[in-house]
Amino acid sequence: MQFLRKYLDKIKPNFEKGGKLHAFQSVFDGFETFLFVPNKTARTGVHIHDAIDSKRTMSMVVIALLPCLLFGMYNVGYQHYSAIGLTADFPTIFIYGLLAVLPVVAVSYIVGLGIEFTIAQWKGHEIQEGFLVSGMLIPLIVPIDTPLWMIALATAFAVVFAKEVFGGTGFNIWNVALVARAFLFFAYPSKMSGDSVFVRTSDTFGIGGGQVVDAFSGATPLGQIATATSDIQVTGILGNPLTYCDLFLGLIPGSIGETSKLCILLGALILLVTGIANWRTMLSVFAGGLFIAWVFNRIGTTPSMLVSPLEHVLLGGFAFGAVFMATDPVTSCRTQAGKYIFGFLVGVFAITVRVLNPGYPEGMMLAILFMNSFVPLIDYLVVERNISKRKKRIKVK
Amino acid sequence: MATIIKIRKGLNINLEGKAERSLSDFVSYESELHAVFPDDFPGFVPKVSVKPGDRVLAGTPLMYDKNRPEIKLTSPVSGTIEAVNRGEKRKLLSVFIKADKENKYQNFGKKDPGSMTPEEIKSLLAETGIFAFIRQRPYDIIANPQDTPRDIFVTGFCSAPLAPDFEIQLGATDKPDAFQTGLNVLAMLTSGKVYLGIHNTAKLPCLKEAKNVEIVTFEGPHPVGNVSVQINHIKPVNKGEIVWTMNASDVSFIGRLFLDENVILDRLVALTGSEVPKSDRAYYYTTAGVCLENMVKNCAEQSHKRLRYISGNVLTGTQIPSNGFLHAFDNQVTVIPEGDETHDFLGWIAPGFDKFSMNRSFPTFAIQALTKKAYKIDARIKGGPRAIIMSNEWDKVFPMDIHPEFLVRAILTKDIEKMEDLGIYEVAPEDFALCEFVDMSKMELQAIVRQGLNWLYKELS
Repeated sequence: MQFLRKYLDKIKPNFEKGGKLHAFQSVFDGFETFLFVPNKTARTGVHIHDAIDSKRTMSMVVIALLPCLLFGMYNVGYQHYSAIGLTADFPTIFIYGLLAVLPVVAVSYIVGLGIEFTIAQWKGHEIQEGFLVSGMLIPLIVPIDTPLWMIALATAFAVVFAKEVFGGTGFNIWNVALVARAFLFFAYPSKMSGDSVFVRTSDTFGIGGGQVVDAFSGATPLGQIATATSDIQVTGILGNPLTYCDLFLGLIPGSIGETSKLCILLGALILLVTGIANWRTMLSVFAGGLFIAWVFNRIGTTPSMLVSPLEHVLLGGFAFGAVFMATDPVTSCRTQAGKYIFGFLVGVFAITVRVLNPGYPEGMMLAILFMNSFVPLIDYLVVERNISKRKKRIKVK
Repeated sequence: MATIIKIRKGLNINLEGKAERSLSDFVSYESELHAVFPDDFPGFVPKVSVKPGDRVLAGTPLMYDKNRPEIKLTSPVSGTIEAVNRGEKRKLLSVFIKADKENKYQNFGKKDPGSMTPEEIKSLLAETGIFAFIRQRPYDIIANPQDTPRDIFVTGFCSAPLAPDFEIQLGATDKPDAFQTGLNVLAMLTSGKVYLGIHNTAKLPCLKEAKNVEIVTFEGPHPVGNVSVQINHIKPVNKGEIVWTMNASDVSFIGRLFLDENVILDRLVALTGSEVPKSDRAYYYTTAGVCLENMVKNCAEQSHKRLRYISGNVLTGTQIPSNGFLHAFDNQVTVIPEGDETHDFLGWIAPGFDKFSMNRSFPTFAIQALTKKAYKIDARIKGGPRAIIMSNEWDKVFPMDIHPEFLVRAILTKDIEKMEDLGIYEVAPEDFALCEFVDMSKMELQAIVRQGLNWLYKELS
């Protein structure tokens, strides 16, 4: 890699103060530190540092998301070919999905990183890696048929108003990707829910054209439950009943990355083994969801209450949110004890919204955003306990 | 016998270059030049009382504290004042002393601590400069002789990376009762107890069977040897209370003063670090403030890289030039690669088998579990500065009942009430050293805490 290093050293002066390309200094710095670990040495404090930095931390989350992304691509193709009643081989299915999903990912990254680069240059600080994760999450939590301009608009809104106005990565109150989704959800509800957005029935770049078969219905399992009038068996897009196994493997309609619990589990393992995500939050979200679903199940007066706890956590974006969104270190609780409370309540509210409000088939997004707002309060209570312990010590004396 | 307090949180950084342990085999090291740095003594505002050319004995005062003139720093050796070095705004940086061939000591007379009042003892300690080796909580500054501390805490071991073994110093180089005499003297200065924190593996009788003190046994990873951690587990400091803290190796100074009638600031210093030639990794018997040039000269000859010389350990030590000096509180000298000519390719994804990290995205944890591989770590920061992002990193290496992140936030916002509530009086900058090491956001936590403590001290006094 010597030649690369030499080349970088050669062009570096252009980007420094007074150089003709100084306006792109933060972009250059971003790429340089992406290629090579900075060689700056400690001036004060500890003389040695841990090898971890925020680039590696964020990259680990992106890697953990890759199984969901790849499966999501396949599933988009699979649902499409099922809908038009054609059998296709694996490469065809995957390529269809790849072509359908890649533009969404590209738009999200180009818009988001573009804003990040500009703001970093403007403020004169280094590019923060937080958006690497948000930019990957946004495509995975939207329906495949969301228009690209909407993705661009939502991403820009989220990056500017949910993150940069607060000061950038580390200062935001709400999960950036979920703010983007919430923006879409409330601004363009017809494109974010319903029966026609979760399965792409048209062709993509001329590939996979065809007529939708008669038995087709694009409703997601959660959509079916929300509109049901009696206890129902959720079905796939062709009316085939779905078992727990189907829900777990994820060849069902839904947002791009949320359907396969197997891939989410894989991602969860990566996050937990590396210790990037906190198991306390993750575990408590599932505990909260299972608990409240069990309670509703015992009441059992509406179809959605009759859905079993296990089915609830396997459906929709619950598992995805629990693993990748609730565990966001910046917007979830900072204290260890707070993480249990935060996670549990996210689970509780997500299922509660699903069950009690038929207007919102999925409650995970709202639950996490809602609980994000309460993080300072929960942390305050936890820290206050530590403080009162300390004050008591003085009194006892 | 006291119970064992087990610490779980913390991190042992397994560095290459441990000093060979042996009770008898240490080298005597001398150098002509010695130096005293007032900055080693936080809270000490120096006013120099000698000028170049003056003759001094070991134990002659060189400077005194502007605010508390009874506290003095004395010369570790006899000789001639070589230079009084000043920096910007005439800030006193150091005093250089050119040592005599034969060390002559100022005699302070035969004293029996048993027949002295605490006031007499404190003024003798202050006069001889040994009092400056006692620190106080709150603020982690030099103690005030006017105070009577609630308790005195002595840590009997150091747990920092490549730390020297206090037992070697106490066991091999001192008169056997120097340490115990020091403890006896300390016991007279407090209204409470003297607590001696020792490690579970301690064998030395003068530690294990120390009298006149309450012995508390500790076990666990670094920072278990930090006195703050020990205080927090024994009897935490509350607002309005003052406790004094000391290192076991410095307690001997007090003992020697009473046994030998002289100020003998001799120490056993471990030369450690990956860049020290194997044959040089040893204990050296020397004096505080000694010039280290000859001790570390083989390092540069052996290594072709740029080196970083540190007086102290890699976490809390002071960077010195290759002809620098041993700083007052240090029992250790460390030499590591500077590392600024290294450019690691794609560090965000490379497996990093040779990298040390607490984070399990590096294989360190597995390698450490299977082998006892020692790591060579250079001085690079290895990342850009960021805002606080990860939330439980610091907690993992901060074994006290304190929320480090919230305390640091309170310090950054200069919120006095919050700082007090969150336990600022219980901490010292060194307690945040491991947090600073593991911090993904590469924040300079020790500097933040030191500035916070200084600021608070100024505001409240």
